[in-house]
Amino acid sequence: MILLGQIFFYISALLAVGGAGAVVLSKNPIRAAMGLLLLILSIAGLFASLHAQFLAAVQLIVYAGAIVVLFLFVIMLLGPSASTPADGRGAIVRTIGGGLFGLTGLLTIAAAVRASMGTPSGYPVGTVDGAYGGIDAFGAVLFSDAIIPFELSSALLMVAVVGAIGVARGRQGVGLTKNERESVASVPEPSMSPTPHSGLYSHESHGSQALVDAPAHGDYADHAATAGASKGHA
Amino acid sequence: MIPGEHYIALSAIIFVIGGVGFLVRRNVLVTLMSIEVMLNAANLALVAFNRSHLARGAGQIYAGQNHTGQVFTFFIIAAEAAEVAVGLAIVLSLYRLRRTVRSDEADLLKN
Repeated sequence: MILLGQIFFYISALLAVGGAGAVVLSKNPIRAAMGLLLLILSIAGLFASLHAQFLAAVQLIVYAGAIVVLFLFVIMLLGPSASTPADGRGAIVRTIGGGLFGLTGLLTIAAAVRASMGTPSGYPVGTVDGAYGGIDAFGAVLFSDAIIPFELSSALLMVAVVGAIGVARGRQGVGLTKNERESVASVPEPSMSPTPHSGLYSHESHGSQALVDAPAHGDYADHAATAGASKGHA
Repeated sequence: MIPGEHYIALSAIIFVIGGVGFLVRRNVLVTLMSIEVMLNAANLALVAFNRSHLARGAGQIYAGQNHTGQVFTFFIIAAEAAEVAVGLAIVLSLYRLRRTVRSDEADLLKN
């Protein structure tokens, strides 16, 4: 049983490191996305081995089901231009930066592993009750201790959706030439065009003066007719 | 039983790989994926520390064992979904503007 757990951990760890390496090393972005998928699946397995079943399920649903698919969608949308062929520009700077970061990180890990070698484990993995990490216990925490960040995260997702729509839709006529942009801009928008009485009635329709002006009713009807026509035009 | 240090060491290795990818690669899509890799490493460390420290902290309402790291991971996943949505929208916008997904050609603010 212990041996089985160790085999599971080491296989998952190997697959996770391989997936991360595939993300970083592969030239084709689709292969990078597949490496990310492999990493996510093996991390979900590690979550399950850490008694976090609900998080393993969330990892599979949100990452593998939504995020990787979104990446693949954008890669397929961009087509062949999603992959950038290598050229030498800035290669030295990038190699130095990445190399320094990787060297520092790996040396730090090696030093930490070397320092902790031989000493008994400082973080013994204790026993848990059966409900730990399941959806019952997790939901109880989420709706008692963490209720405020939970509600705030819904607001965050809402704002992100609105922002993503606003950024991805773009403005009308950005990719056009100057003449085309002017021709687009010179077309009057029907809903925005001012009718002669719109400013007047927007002020007076709430006051008592609109009731006093008896001939205004005809103008109201006229205004309503133009508004309907412009709406039909739009 | 796997000790907690193994998970932490694995998490650090994955984080370093993701950081190197973020610094070295120029394709914006791969850069975003490297950020995903780093966030996944952080999630793994949080869950592993949570599994190692199960004692309930003071002031917590829930009566069972401690779930703090797992809840933190849950919120990181939510924030990351938002980040990917906005990031890929920016990638599409950049492609529409410059017909490229190279991060060093996004230099509209240069000079």
